[in-house]
Amino acid sequence: MSKKANPIQAFWKQFGFIALAVAIGGCSSASNTTPSASGESKSTQAAVELLNVSYDPTREFYQDVNNEFAAEWKQKTGQTVTIKQSHGGSGKQSRSVIDGLEADVVTLALAYDIDAMAERGLIPADWQKKRPDNSSPYTSTIVFLVRKGNPKQIKDWDDLIKPGISVITPNPKTSGGARWNYLAAWGYALEKNNHDEAKAKEFVTSLFKNVPVLDSGARGSTTTFVERGIGDVLIAWENEAYLAVNELGKDKFEIVNPSLSILAEPPVTIVDKYADKHKTREVADAYLQFLYSQKGQELAAKHYYRPRNQEVLKAHTPAFPQIKLYTIDEWFGGWTKAQKDHFSDQGIFDQIYKP
Amino acid sequence: MRKTLRNKGFLPGFGMTMGYTIIYLSLLVLIPLSVLFLKATTMSWEQFVGTILDARVLASIRVSILSSFFAACVNAVFGVLVAWVLARYEFFGKRIIDGIVDLPFALPTAVGGIALTSIYAENGWLGQYLAEWGIKVAYTPLGIWVALTFIGLPFVVRTVQPVLQDWDLQMEEAAATLGATRWSTFIRVILPHLMPAVVTGFALAFARALGEYGSVVFISGNMPLKTEIVPLLIMTKLEQFDYAGATAIATVMLVASFVMLLIINYLQWRINKFDAAR
Repeated sequence: MSKKANPIQAFWKQFGFIALAVAIGGCSSASNTTPSASGESKSTQAAVELLNVSYDPTREFYQDVNNEFAAEWKQKTGQTVTIKQSHGGSGKQSRSVIDGLEADVVTLALAYDIDAMAERGLIPADWQKKRPDNSSPYTSTIVFLVRKGNPKQIKDWDDLIKPGISVITPNPKTSGGARWNYLAAWGYALEKNNHDEAKAKEFVTSLFKNVPVLDSGARGSTTTFVERGIGDVLIAWENEAYLAVNELGKDKFEIVNPSLSILAEPPVTIVDKYADKHKTREVADAYLQFLYSQKGQELAAKHYYRPRNQEVLKAHTPAFPQIKLYTIDEWFGGWTKAQKDHFSDQGIFDQIYKP
Repeated sequence: MRKTLRNKGFLPGFGMTMGYTIIYLSLLVLIPLSVLFLKATTMSWEQFVGTILDARVLASIRVSILSSFFAACVNAVFGVLVAWVLARYEFFGKRIIDGIVDLPFALPTAVGGIALTSIYAENGWLGQYLAEWGIKVAYTPLGIWVALTFIGLPFVVRTVQPVLQDWDLQMEEAAATLGATRWSTFIRVILPHLMPAVVTGFALAFARALGEYGSVVFISGNMPLKTEIVPLLIMTKLEQFDYAGATAIATVMLVASFVMLLIINYLQWRINKFDAAR
């Protein structure tokens, strides 16, 4: 951080604190100053509080996780743990933490948003290597949502660039989910054209020519497609697509699985700077480990996130059909590079819209 | 007699009140905004100019300023009409209408945006009839204008209404005795008196519309070079953790708004002088 940014940081520190205080209706007791004792004497220790800063569609999932984890922790250590949640667009949430919202753990939509915290020294640079599976206890992928009966016969990515097909996807410049959508399309075009980047750019350009509206977030796009009746196909996270189908009626929409898609890995990590400050590292660590446990994996599957645990995944197979998936590290050289190549100003996405 | 009174305000001396004014403004407005400038100075001049002269940024500035301006113009006309009805007539349900005017103030703008979008979309209540005429509102510049008109309405009504309520009917009677028609009374007597308030309302509605984000992003469609507004581009910069770029755009908008408000205030001052001179 340069010297000049100090006033802004101080300002946000104050502001973030106030916002947090308002949000939880009083002062945060997370900054527990009682010296951490060993496990046995936990019962005599005051209750502990964690703040989990997450992104939009995980709200219901983490409510379940928090209840289960709190019960398990109480049983193990005798200590009461309360977990506060905060939700919003992934990028916005990351900025809140950078600007001083004291999250003990973050559970965001893409690694790039956590890399930004590492760049500013809140967490170590190798954070993603610290937990199994790229620090992503659950995954998702990108699928299509079409109107009942699939009137336009949309089966795969190729159908999305046909003339007269109207595609709904959010703006990759403002939405993390939209970036996964874009990269999934790009990856398909690479695979089809022997990894010819120019061909891939052509493909994605014609796809975005079919997009009439670029909503600023994934939920906005779902609303446009579902409520406004605009578009023939919605590109969406698998879990969002399931929610849409289940909440809005199976008689209106159906899910189409493309032949190839991207493995979306929403990562989780402890925010070292704040967890150490609050002395909550131990419980924060257990909390994230819980996501990898049998119970945590079951909950992920229940909320339509793909569990990493193969057995749990198999048990839910009808919901998670086999799709050939590739990762962002394999084909795009990781998030930071993908972000720079595709979504930065004057990047490839901007070039698509050059007049 | 009046003269001596005017020099003695009810509040303690000028020094005290001015001091408080400066402190209050500093804490709430000046210091936070000066941080913006500080942040923008982390870029080199070339970067700053490059950010602002980008085709998409320029297009969004054009969209924002034009749609805000037209929205404020329409509000200036229809806001006066609404204020007129509320101030001059008694009718059943007047209180309710009076309350409805303030709704755009009170509603979270996102709620307003979603409501407008669902009505004006091609499958919406109004949108479907407009679509038959070949008029598309949602996801076009027209939609942005609709949203900005919606949020700007109360400003004009609430600035003009008190003037009309305090209006002295004897002026109109005098005009009538001198043989003025109703229309020329309105144009030559009432309107000049209303003008300062209308201009203030116009300025407020215009300034408010420039910074509006919540209601517009739902109805605009956010297409690059066509229906992107400035606040959306600021958000896209923040998404890339490009704080400096975001503040550069914000700074330009801030300066532009300030200059426009100054000009409007100057015009108002001229109108007042002109009015007093008559």
